[in-house]
Amino acid sequence: MPLDNVVFWVFAPLSVATAIGMIVVRNAVHAALFLVVNFFTIAVMYLLLDAPFLFAVQIVVYAGAIMVLFLFVIMLLGVDRGDAPGERLLGQRTTAVILAVAIVAELATAIRAGIGFTTRAPGGFDAVNPGGNPSALADVLFRDYFFPFEVTSILLIVAAVAAMVLALRRSKSLSQREIETHAGDDLEAYGLAAPGAPGTVGEPSR
Amino acid sequence: MIDAPRVELWAILPVLMLFGGGLIALLASGFARRAAQAPFALFTLAALAAAAASALWLWNRETTTALEGMVSIDRLAVVATLALCGIGAFGAYLGFHYFERDDFRRNEFYALLLFALGGMALLVAAADLIVVFLAVEVLSLALYVMTALTFRRGPTEAAMKYFLLGAFASAFLLYGVAMSYGASATTSVQGLARALTGVGGSQPLALVGALLLVVGLGFKVSLVPFHMWTPDVYQGAPSPVTAFMSAATKVAVFVAMVRVLDVAFGSLAWDLAPAIAVLSAGSMILGSVLAIAQRDVKRMLAYSSVAQAGFILSSFVSPEREGIAAALFYLISYSAAVVGAFGVVMLISGGIREQTGFERFRGLGRRQPVLAALLSVFLLSLAGIPPTAGFVAKVLVFGAATSAGYWPLVLIGALASVAGAFFYLRVIALMAMQEPRGVDIADPSPLPRLVLAVPAVTVVVLGIVPGVIVPLLQEAGVLTW
Repeated sequence: MPLDNVVFWVFAPLSVATAIGMIVVRNAVHAALFLVVNFFTIAVMYLLLDAPFLFAVQIVVYAGAIMVLFLFVIMLLGVDRGDAPGERLLGQRTTAVILAVAIVAELATAIRAGIGFTTRAPGGFDAVNPGGNPSALADVLFRDYFFPFEVTSILLIVAAVAAMVLALRRSKSLSQREIETHAGDDLEAYGLAAPGAPGTVGEPSR
Repeated sequence: MIDAPRVELWAILPVLMLFGGGLIALLASGFARRAAQAPFALFTLAALAAAAASALWLWNRETTTALEGMVSIDRLAVVATLALCGIGAFGAYLGFHYFERDDFRRNEFYALLLFALGGMALLVAAADLIVVFLAVEVLSLALYVMTALTFRRGPTEAAMKYFLLGAFASAFLLYGVAMSYGASATTSVQGLARALTGVGGSQPLALVGALLLVVGLGFKVSLVPFHMWTPDVYQGAPSPVTAFMSAATKVAVFVAMVRVLDVAFGSLAWDLAPAIAVLSAGSMILGSVLAIAQRDVKRMLAYSSVAQAGFILSSFVSPEREGIAAALFYLISYSAAVVGAFGVVMLISGGIREQTGFERFRGLGRRQPVLAALLSVFLLSLAGIPPTAGFVAKVLVFGAATSAGYWPLVLIGALASVAGAFFYLRVIALMAMQEPRGVDIADPSPLPRLVLAVPAVTVVVLGIVPGVIVPLLQEAGVLTW
């Protein structure tokens, strides 16, 4: 038995088990931890499939960044918040099962029609990956697409600035004068009105 | 080792000026949040002038692409960038006046304005669908926040709506890029044109990709049925922001649509034209009809901009040079009129708590003859009544649609214009023929009136002698690849 197969048969059941575990457990933090393990096992699959770059990205981006965000949101909403009793949407469970079956069928058809159920890599895989997969990706990303890559950094700057501009309104960014001038229905909506200013109590006037 | 890419930074000099200016303004506003606004406004105008100058410098360059085929250097991009810089200058001045009047210091406004303009200038030059997507995102993110900049309840709600629906539209755009890549194995506009030309039979994947791209871009220019956000956002946003985004977004996105539809999917023009005609007719009809029912001037102008988007799109059924030139002329005349109209509305509405209901405009001709006259000129141009630029623009786009054989579309457009004339003229009649009621809250300062006379003169001059720019626009309409 080749080493590849051994690794696969160790990690494949683990991957399925953690995926099921993530859905079954009640505690949101436990579910998130199952998901981390699942991400790692998937990463190993990528490594077995000769995709080292995807392996690294899977760990750095999903197991790292995305999971931290997940945990942030869970902590923000409160860990010990119980499940909502019963189904929120009528027939959600049935619809979910049907959709899941449909997706499995679709994937199977697509793979069958595309590359077939083979154990080999599709033809031309090596031709488009001269010098290995990460190097070929670097070639595309930092030569052909270097300009979009740079524009993405501008996009991130704008996004960060946008978030900061919106967040800063809460703190001391408004001067006392502004609060006095603009006190009333609107500032009240954000809890910004000066204490005792007209319009701070009662229903908004609109 | 990989080969180093070719970096022709001069090709995107206008974009660099705008983004660079935005970064400097941002840095300065971080240190001087409470400082006076005037230096920021002047700096913004200087950055816009620099961008316009560098765009002009690109006019006589050979038409080609740069930065590994990601941006194109051509006269279409130059003309659009110049128009954007002009709109940006009015946006910056109106914003300055708006915030200064209420002593509401928002120095980030100038950085966001420059970032939005940078994204737009990049969009009009984009020669790759990935760059189109990124540029649309940059300009949208900046506009979402500019909408919410006064932090009042109305603007915040408008920004939230704009953001959620905009994110939804971005997904369509990206899906369209993916489908186009699937159809042609390239994301470049020229590559798509080459891959799709001369292929026999129907190309469902490419068609689906093109239509998804039209959905994504159509959202940004508020075409029916992707217009749902427009009235709420245009009404909720601060008036100078509305003036800026209603004009500049349309210029940038329609020029991107020229590249996507006429170049990348040029060989599918025959299949796409019916879909474009339906979108155009729907926008013209629904925009005009719904505008009649409005009792608020900003909301009415928002619905009218939906109809105007339909008029502009009607020229897209003809992928000829005349069609592109007509669309450009329409965009320029529409921008001048709509920036002016929202500028006047800003002065009339009185302060950050904007009051833009029809009762504010009753009898305005007696109290504020200058403002009423300016607004009348802008509304007449939007209605397409001679001797304004709006009339020439409508003649040009309908001419382009007729020459492509889409005369039913022209018929619908003519009927929509008649319906449109009703609601524009109603506001003029309200200002001229009714007695004023209530207190006058209009802004008395003279400088904004002087500044708003510039678009008014533009509208009239282009209406009387359109020949001054039409030859230039026809040169800009020559797309080679």
